[in-house]
Amino acid sequence: MALLEFARGPALALSVAVFVLGLAWRLYRIFRRPLRPDHSAPRPGASRHGGLRAIFAKMLPPKGVRIRGAQMVNAYAWHIALALIAFGFAPHIAFIARHLGFGWPALPDPVTYMATAVAIVGLLAALAARLSDGVLRLLSSFDDYFSWAVTMLPLVTGMALLPAPAAPVPLAVHLLSLELLLVWLPFGKLAHAALVFVSRWRTGTDFARKGAAV
Amino acid sequence: MNELDFDTPRFTIKKPAVRYDAQGGAPDAERAQRAIASFMRDMTRSAATYMESCIRCGHCAEACHFYVTSEDPQFTPIWKLEPFRKAYRKKKVTAQELRGWQELLYDSCTMCGRCTLACPMGIDIAGLVAQARRGMFAAGLVPHELHAVAERAEREGSPLGATPKVLKERIEWLSDEHGVEIVLDRPQADIMVTLSSIEIMKYPASIVALAKILARMGASWTLRSEGYEATNFGLFSGNLDWQRDMSLRVIEAALACRAKTVLLPECGHAYGAMRWQGANMYGKPLPFRVLHITEFLAEALRERRLELTPMAGSLTFHDPCQVSRRGGATGAPREILASLKADLREMAPGGDASWCCGGGGGVVTMHRADAHRHRAFEIKMKQVEATGAERLATSCSNCRLTFDDGQAHFQWDRKMESLLELVAEHLAAPG
Repeated sequence: MALLEFARGPALALSVAVFVLGLAWRLYRIFRRPLRPDHSAPRPGASRHGGLRAIFAKMLPPKGVRIRGAQMVNAYAWHIALALIAFGFAPHIAFIARHLGFGWPALPDPVTYMATAVAIVGLLAALAARLSDGVLRLLSSFDDYFSWAVTMLPLVTGMALLPAPAAPVPLAVHLLSLELLLVWLPFGKLAHAALVFVSRWRTGTDFARKGAAV
Repeated sequence: MNELDFDTPRFTIKKPAVRYDAQGGAPDAERAQRAIASFMRDMTRSAATYMESCIRCGHCAEACHFYVTSEDPQFTPIWKLEPFRKAYRKKKVTAQELRGWQELLYDSCTMCGRCTLACPMGIDIAGLVAQARRGMFAAGLVPHELHAVAERAEREGSPLGATPKVLKERIEWLSDEHGVEIVLDRPQADIMVTLSSIEIMKYPASIVALAKILARMGASWTLRSEGYEATNFGLFSGNLDWQRDMSLRVIEAALACRAKTVLLPECGHAYGAMRWQGANMYGKPLPFRVLHITEFLAEALRERRLELTPMAGSLTFHDPCQVSRRGGATGAPREILASLKADLREMAPGGDASWCCGGGGGVVTMHRADAHRHRAFEIKMKQVEATGAERLATSCSNCRLTFDDGQAHFQWDRKMESLLELVAEHLAAPG
């Protein structure tokens, strides 16, 4: 079997299966735990939508609390750039449409090329910060560095495909790098792509009962 | 042993000549096992969510007064949980590691919850620290002073020796001195008042102020000698059984006098302990309302059961973390200050994002933590000075104690006042 066939066939199926089952397992680790009943009387007029509000409110910097400004701006930039690349680049939409049966209009190529540059520079800056900042260095473990690497790989291998049309081997390598990302995502910090909703919802719900700030 | 010290601005035990920061004689392996077992016993869905969700971004560091004033990475809030994070991931944790983490979990964390505000994932780090402290207590690894005052509170009913006998004597003295009726042990009353030991021993004028206000309102109220102490050092030290005992004393006293409202004093953590955790200690909903004194006063002003005269001068208000940020009652003191027509100069940041005074979470009781606490207090002094306000007030006697100590340490020419006492000074004449 040629490498591209392998990447498009069994490797893709396996990585998607690991991604789905792995995320389900990660969420099961949380949801199998009991939710302790809270007998306290809720604050009169407490919002019932605290969970949902927290999910959106936490997308913005907190009010009145100083944050690591440059780090946060960079994080916004490369997260948005990654989303534009993944879901706005014409070949990616075609790939998704081939498997799911539906697609959407693509962004102009120069926009996604620009987004790729932003994502790569942003990720390099994030790594530099992690290596040089005392707090980040202390907090970091294998998970942080490996997660960085598997996020960066699809960008680098994708850039290597340009200009199209892509040769089979580099295309297979690009696909395999994406599959590595899918396989790793549920088990490390990248699972925050899903956990962010669970965590913010939990705090938002609990704190809204008290009328407290999130 | 562990004699109380009332000769300094900060009330706690005298500085121990020899520190005992470990309790009991359990071997190290057993200590570690007990800590982890306790932590995992509390592993609810909320806690597990938080243990799984950290992205190691470090934003919480910038929200912590102990990190900001030292720039020491070990004071990064989420790092304070590291041994317990390891244990959650089924990695080995030793008692030696836990000993090293005692300073991070107790001396340099007031559980003020600013880090929770900063966390982009919404992780309630302060809640996890409380859970880790329960693990530390189970391991017998609580700082000397905090264990001593918590143990005294469990044994005598007060961390500062404000026993029922002392309370009775104080009430008699205050009633005579100020010509105000302070009601004790009335068989039935609509409102059961609770106090902080700090008020009883250091700020008795607050008790007089409260009695005057309640008399002006014509309220049916009482203190009960079997359950008047609102502070809960079981919560601070991490002993859930003691926390429950301390909460149940108040709850049972309120049930005995058929109170419709339990009124909590100017104390931050008492609010969290009774308003938000009291029913859970009781195991079912409480058959009475629980109100912080500021909520009670704001409600009385709103319903025009109380009228105030305007106060002179400008004032800034220090928000007690457990009442405002973590308790949700940020608006109440501002309603009161509006009724006083105060020229309120808010600190920046203020309200929910306000900096902690540095003395919460039992930190003010620990001599060993003084350097951390004083550094953190410098933020507060700068905030107050920047407002240009002539006066400062708060609604937590523990914050007030911390300000008094900070004032003495830095020879700062400012004096923290009680919002409750301010209200009592500005009661409008009846009719």
